[in-house]
Amino acid sequence: MRPEPIRTLELRGITKRFPGVLACDGINLDVPEHSVLALVGENGAGKTTLMNILMGLYQPDEGSILLNGRDVKFRSPNDAFGHGIGMVHQHFMLVPNMTVVENIALGMKETHKTFGLDLKQVRRRILEISERHELPVQPDAFVWQLSVGEQQRVELVKTLCLGARFLILDEPTSELTPQETDELIVLLKKMSDELSIIFISHKLHEVKALSDTVSILRHGRMVFRGNTADHSSSDLAALMTGHEVNLPRNECGDGCGDVLLEIRDLRVRSDRGYMALDGVSLDVRAGEILGVAGVSGNGQRELADTLNGLRRAESGTVLLGGKQLLNRSPRDVIDSGMGYIPEDRNTEGIVPSFSIKENLVLKDFAAGTFSALSFLRLGTIRRNADNLKKRFDIRCPSTDTAAGSLSGGNIQKVILARELARGPKALVAVYPTRGLDMGAEEFIHNQLLERRREGVAILLISEELEEIMNLSDRIAVIYKGRILKIIPGGEATKKGLGMLMAGVMDE
Amino acid sequence: MNRAAKVAYGGFVVAAAIFAAMFVGALVMMAIGADVFRTYWVILTEPLQDLFGVTEILVRAIPLSLVALGIAIAFRSGILNIGAEGQMLMGILAYAATAIALPGLPKFILLPLSLLAGAAGGALWGGIAGFLKARLQVNEILSTVMLNYIAAQFYTFLLRGPLMDPGELVTGTGTPQTIRLPKGAWLDRLVEGTRLHAGLVIALALAVAVFFLLWRTTVGFRMRAAGAEAKAARYAGIGVERYLIIAMLLSGAFAGLAGAVEVAGVHRRAIEGISGGYGFTGIVVALFGGLHPAGIIPASAVFGLLLLGADMTQRSANVPANMVLVLQGAIILSIVAARQFMNNPYVQDKVTRRFAKWFGKRVPTVPEAAEAACPDPADVAGPCTAGEDGQGDGKNPAEGR
Repeated sequence: MRPEPIRTLELRGITKRFPGVLACDGINLDVPEHSVLALVGENGAGKTTLMNILMGLYQPDEGSILLNGRDVKFRSPNDAFGHGIGMVHQHFMLVPNMTVVENIALGMKETHKTFGLDLKQVRRRILEISERHELPVQPDAFVWQLSVGEQQRVELVKTLCLGARFLILDEPTSELTPQETDELIVLLKKMSDELSIIFISHKLHEVKALSDTVSILRHGRMVFRGNTADHSSSDLAALMTGHEVNLPRNECGDGCGDVLLEIRDLRVRSDRGYMALDGVSLDVRAGEILGVAGVSGNGQRELADTLNGLRRAESGTVLLGGKQLLNRSPRDVIDSGMGYIPEDRNTEGIVPSFSIKENLVLKDFAAGTFSALSFLRLGTIRRNADNLKKRFDIRCPSTDTAAGSLSGGNIQKVILARELARGPKALVAVYPTRGLDMGAEEFIHNQLLERRREGVAILLISEELEEIMNLSDRIAVIYKGRILKIIPGGEATKKGLGMLMAGVMDE
Repeated sequence: MNRAAKVAYGGFVVAAAIFAAMFVGALVMMAIGADVFRTYWVILTEPLQDLFGVTEILVRAIPLSLVALGIAIAFRSGILNIGAEGQMLMGILAYAATAIALPGLPKFILLPLSLLAGAAGGALWGGIAGFLKARLQVNEILSTVMLNYIAAQFYTFLLRGPLMDPGELVTGTGTPQTIRLPKGAWLDRLVEGTRLHAGLVIALALAVAVFFLLWRTTVGFRMRAAGAEAKAARYAGIGVERYLIIAMLLSGAFAGLAGAVEVAGVHRRAIEGISGGYGFTGIVVALFGGLHPAGIIPASAVFGLLLLGADMTQRSANVPANMVLVLQGAIILSIVAARQFMNNPYVQDKVTRRFAKWFGKRVPTVPEAAEAACPDPADVAGPCTAGEDGQGDGKNPAEGR
């Protein structure tokens, strides 16, 4: 019993309210057969809400969904599946300690027998799907053994095995390496011969490469739709943010002073006990941004942790302005003038349940400015927060709001405000714009470049090639715990960096 | 919602939670064939009939509030102390032993000294769990519960052995209790002819002290940060482990002091069954009071009333006093459920709309300034990114099409 194919999908006047927020405001959308629609917008523009409505996770307050011209109501994701709509979420929904076959069998109700699973049938289906769409997967591998790109393929195969004839992909490339991203785009392009795809992204070059039509959401409204081919990336960027976006660039050259942060032969073990950093040496000069490029998991986390006293090193040296910081306590490191923008902004950068003003003094509440005789000076703390709120354009109802309730971009601004207001000598920034929209990215890049001009030594860890290339004076590529090569920012090319990140030395 | 509406909403939810708990209690009472309305009438009004009843409520509220204050310190610091019961017993032992050992000291030295010893006894017992958690990552729920058993056996052993009143052996009655403590270690009674004692003053003073400690000092800031998000606290240079231990020491000290105060003010000798489950009820009081001293003080009075009322039902309504345990359990469940309604803005908004529909008021499509909304990401999984919308610059030129 094959259900009828999905020829057209239309959304008519979808409106969804959340407390105080109009998440979707009368949105119309239609996707014809065999086409790829890119849904573009900044964080919080309403993309994910709209897709959750389409998947039956939320009920729209107004509006309707039409499938092949007929009105349908999705009360749960199962309803949506039943009609052949499948979604691959940004964060994969896979059980790490099960094999690929078992993961896919989870959703295939027809293989669930009273006692046991018909894994043979599941395996046949997987092979059939993976052959037809050229999606190689290893059925018997455990999910935790797979790379992010492989896991993504498993998600795709899973969705197709469950009978999806219409795919929704929520920021599918956010965790992929540049190479994996390119492969995925080629793959999706091929798949669009057989099914329709809605592709959510805020990376415009991917949108250009993949989609036929593009729809742009801003503040819950559809502000643009048209053919992708007719518009340039920069047009789309302007439509997305509502103003011209010019991501700032580091005009390399002069300014660099003496070496401020010196890392020598750093050897650090990972949580699992292997050498995550195996003899890393780096110098960062005052007024220099040193970019560390690499696919995540090649020692970046360990490097940032160790520099900030959060992880013990086996051996090596870390000197900040000549002062030894290796294996000192986080407090010592902070007091010597190190600033840190951590990878996980929600759990390391802020205490989510604390108010914004409390988070802004998280490192300095015990200093004389903010406390006297170990009593907090609430007035000073509030004034400090009001100042920083203005200076860093933190958008919040009040500085008493819990920091965790802010959007990602604003949380990052809180962290940036705290770290930069302390006047650091050196700054370690780890994936500072991951998951942020272009407006926030622009702001953060400008801030980093400004600190550079003021003579701060900045170590920028990122896997976003564009970010690294735009900002860095020099780029070090890290691979399996070693620095493979250091190249001047002006000489780096995307292709060359991508090769190095994959561990290929081109000489 | 504005502030007044929020308070009203909160009050409404709490009232609904209490009502739900009483409903569950009513079902149980019907099952055992008791007169539901009479029982509730007795529990809620009988203790308030005379001065004696009111003082007895306060007598129960004193140890409850002290235990609950300690629990609040621990919970706020991210450590779930279930061991107040054992910490109380260790506090009683330390207090009684100090008082018995130094009977000759004048009151103004002996009383504070022995009460401090009680606090130290509890702190030691709580500190063990804190140390195990901080240094060896031993789950504090397991360790505190197990330490309760050890404390209970140790208490019984001492009361039936080394600390036993020699008089009991002479007369041959063998009641497991210590000798009557020297008068210098007693807390004075506040009202003639009742058991209300000066522990009330201690509890109120410490409630204020706990508020200042947690929300006005750097130590409290560190403890709360460590509790709310240990990773962020560690990264900000706070020695999380150290503050876990400090929190458990303080939490245990409060429980130990609760035990010492109870003996010093009421029994004046260590006897068996003295903690009366205060160590566990104190956890409920702390949660009911929102882990905040300003909530804990009234909450402990409410539970004092419940405990006393339950005792009275046994006499006047012929319902076993254990019924109050059923009520307590039902209250915990409904409070936990009510939190979902209290803190989830999505549910709040829904309720507001529903009410507006019933009473025919117009609800604006976007309630208040859009920027007032920053949904709690913990509660709203999907739309949390919507917070970004708050910045709405108002310009939305609908280009294209």
